[in-house]
Amino acid sequence: MLAFAIRRLFEAAIVMVTVALIAFTLFRFVGDPVNQMVGQDTSLEDRLRLREELGLNDPIPVQFARFLTSAAQFDFGISYQMKQPVTAIIRDRFPATLELALTAALFAVALGIPMGVYTGIHRDSWLSKIFLTVSLIGVSLPTFLIGILLIYVFAVWLGVLPSFGRGEVVRVGFWSTGLLTVSGLKALILPAVTLGLFQMTLVTRLVRSEMLEVLRTDYIKFARARGLPERTINFGHALKNTLVPVITVIGLQLGAIIAFAIITETVFQWPGMGLMFIQAVQNADIPVMSAYLMLVAFLFVFINFVVDLIYVRVDPRIRIFGRSG
Amino acid sequence: MKIKTLVVTGALAFALAATPAAAKTFRYAFQGDLNALDPYTLNESFTLGALGNVMEGLTKRDKDLKIIPGLAERWEIVDPLKWRFYLRKGVKFHNGEDFTADDVVFSTERMGSPGSQIKTRAPADMKAVKVDDYTVDFVLSSPNPILNAEWDTWYMFSKKWAEANGATQAQAASATSLNPFALKANGTGPFTIVSHEPGVKTVFKPFPGWWGKPEHNLDEVIFQTIKSDATRVAALLSGDIDMMDPVPVQDIDRVKSSPNVTVMIGPEIRTIFLNMDSMRDELLYSSVKGKNPFKDARVRKAFYQAIDIEAIHNKVMRGMSVNSALMISPLLYARAAEFKRHPYDVAAAKKLLADAGYAGGFEVTMDCPNDRYVNDEGICQAVAQMLSRIDIKVKLNAMPKAKYFQKAGPTDKYDSSFNLLGWTPGSLDSWNVVENIIGCRDANGKGGTFNFGGYCNPRITELNKLILVEADTKKRDELIAEAFRINHEEAGVIPLHQQSLIWGVSKKVEMVQRADNQILFYWVKMQ
Repeated sequence: MLAFAIRRLFEAAIVMVTVALIAFTLFRFVGDPVNQMVGQDTSLEDRLRLREELGLNDPIPVQFARFLTSAAQFDFGISYQMKQPVTAIIRDRFPATLELALTAALFAVALGIPMGVYTGIHRDSWLSKIFLTVSLIGVSLPTFLIGILLIYVFAVWLGVLPSFGRGEVVRVGFWSTGLLTVSGLKALILPAVTLGLFQMTLVTRLVRSEMLEVLRTDYIKFARARGLPERTINFGHALKNTLVPVITVIGLQLGAIIAFAIITETVFQWPGMGLMFIQAVQNADIPVMSAYLMLVAFLFVFINFVVDLIYVRVDPRIRIFGRSG
Repeated sequence: MKIKTLVVTGALAFALAATPAAAKTFRYAFQGDLNALDPYTLNESFTLGALGNVMEGLTKRDKDLKIIPGLAERWEIVDPLKWRFYLRKGVKFHNGEDFTADDVVFSTERMGSPGSQIKTRAPADMKAVKVDDYTVDFVLSSPNPILNAEWDTWYMFSKKWAEANGATQAQAASATSLNPFALKANGTGPFTIVSHEPGVKTVFKPFPGWWGKPEHNLDEVIFQTIKSDATRVAALLSGDIDMMDPVPVQDIDRVKSSPNVTVMIGPEIRTIFLNMDSMRDELLYSSVKGKNPFKDARVRKAFYQAIDIEAIHNKVMRGMSVNSALMISPLLYARAAEFKRHPYDVAAAKKLLADAGYAGGFEVTMDCPNDRYVNDEGICQAVAQMLSRIDIKVKLNAMPKAKYFQKAGPTDKYDSSFNLLGWTPGSLDSWNVVENIIGCRDANGKGGTFNFGGYCNPRITELNKLILVEADTKKRDELIAEAFRINHEEAGVIPLHQQSLIWGVSKKVEMVQRADNQILFYWVKMQ
């Protein structure tokens, strides 16, 4: 078990360094940050001096080594645009993204599982068809379109929800939360639905196919033969056995929700990390971009690592394989 | 337990949601952020405009951009090398300190500090000399008739406050440590900053101790960034904000058709134009080898005359532009009316090309930003299409601004043969254009740094020097006219238009749209 964990940690470190290297190679192509930092009247000498001071004229390997050294000490530098330490910006922005992602995941699960169960049991009912059609829309419409549609219906037309932003936030220690105010909760609804819609579809369809699978198995047939009530069979026996793959997928998807909230955050001007990243890309704000990419890589590596460990505990076959390999 | 938590949360939520009744709050949104609050670190019109509500310069500009007294009541030119400014008495900074000559001397030094991005507000060797507490002399080494042209955005700092807050130097853009001032402000202006979250939200409140008579009726101002065009429009339509900038050209009709909001449209002073590389001996991106067709004025003029500017105005800009024969807005140059565009004439353009020896046309690559100016990429596509009528095949290379300015600008040594650029003269004066846009430069960009095509006529360089020191307005305008006429005749740089300012404004709001696109809420009245 320990050897397995150590090997995984080692692999994780390699992944992180590789991500950093690829990111750094890409920064050559994002453009010139200096032009976004200075005014149009800034003299050429000052521009060139700034490039030199930022170390942009150094060879990429030198810049990369410098980045790795300071990143290892959790120092990602100061944002070119915001003039704040990148770690402070991420600390400010992370709560917004996490609250949005968790709410979206909750929404996806709370609606997706019942819908999946229902459509699994009542395969041909009209309600199932409606559920499946709606969930099809969820996967086929692009996120920004869903976001804009929701804004126009609920903010412009009905006027019941705010069109953008996070509402009033309350600070609890370093954590700024929108969950404690009415405006904060109202502001959360549309972005969470937009972000969670795709995941909800995924959960619905996954639960449905698992249910269909399980309902065909012998032990369900025996349960029916014993005359157990439908309710007990469906929820007590069938659903329970479908949940293992569902939990795995949701866990992995959570990383994706956090990392790829970029579009939703842009549409709703949600002050999270995704929005920060988009702004950084437009302005070639390299310290912010690199820190964000490292953080996302870390999230994925971490979640995968945890999932792997859980697998090892749950499934003895992996443990044995791990030992022999 | 659960219920108890819920009740507490609910009560807290109600307490926090309560807002003061009937307070007049003006909420506005812009596509970009308000980042550092040090107005010496970013020379950009939105930031300077927002901070112009909080801090003030010795001069101000009125609703028509005329220079008017600000923190200086009046000034005089004692001799061509010495300007005397008489400061307004009784002016207080937001922290209660008096504004005096010491602050002006300090602000002069701070303006010239290494990290400052507003060094060009004054000649580098200008000295500020305190005469008494309310009089300051500015001593120059050569005459400068437009010395105070940009002083409306050179905001005065409190010396004591800056020293107490470690803000005596402008935050260097490349700093590895943070100037504590970057997120704080202390000015003399009509508003103070209550809270500031960069990229999210900034709250302003009126300053009761302001020296002037307020022309607004606001109790609070909230600025928020809304990056996405569609969301910004929706936020305005839903009443979540009272004003926003800019309205995307394609959404103007939708905004207009709403009962609660309207659009304010006015000319902006930014000119959009085309640069052709007339400096290199061979173009980097063209089918012509061994020579540079853009060195021939006839080829440049053929490009000029092949452009159907009316079509760009109607189709691409949907009427939201003013066609221009000049490299500067007619609002900023008294004799602008004398200049007329070369007419759109395909036959004449073809003849010019044939005379220059390019009867069959040639191929050239055009670099174009796609997120910098209003419909910039659309303009480039239209130009490419129009040039195909005179057998010029344009390969369009559109890219984000960060990439574009690196490639076409000095960083990559003007790695471009043909491109589109926009320019607002910071001083609102023609000399800036003559210097930066049509003035000669070397291959590295010394001289007219933003002359991306490297167009060069030695006479313009001579005129440039004369314009800089000529104090007589009439003579000066004549020199400027000559420089502009040379560029016009030789089509060194091809002007296209001035784009329009398009603001979306709630009908509850009355405000002033100034052509420099500064959003000044000290002129906002709300119902």
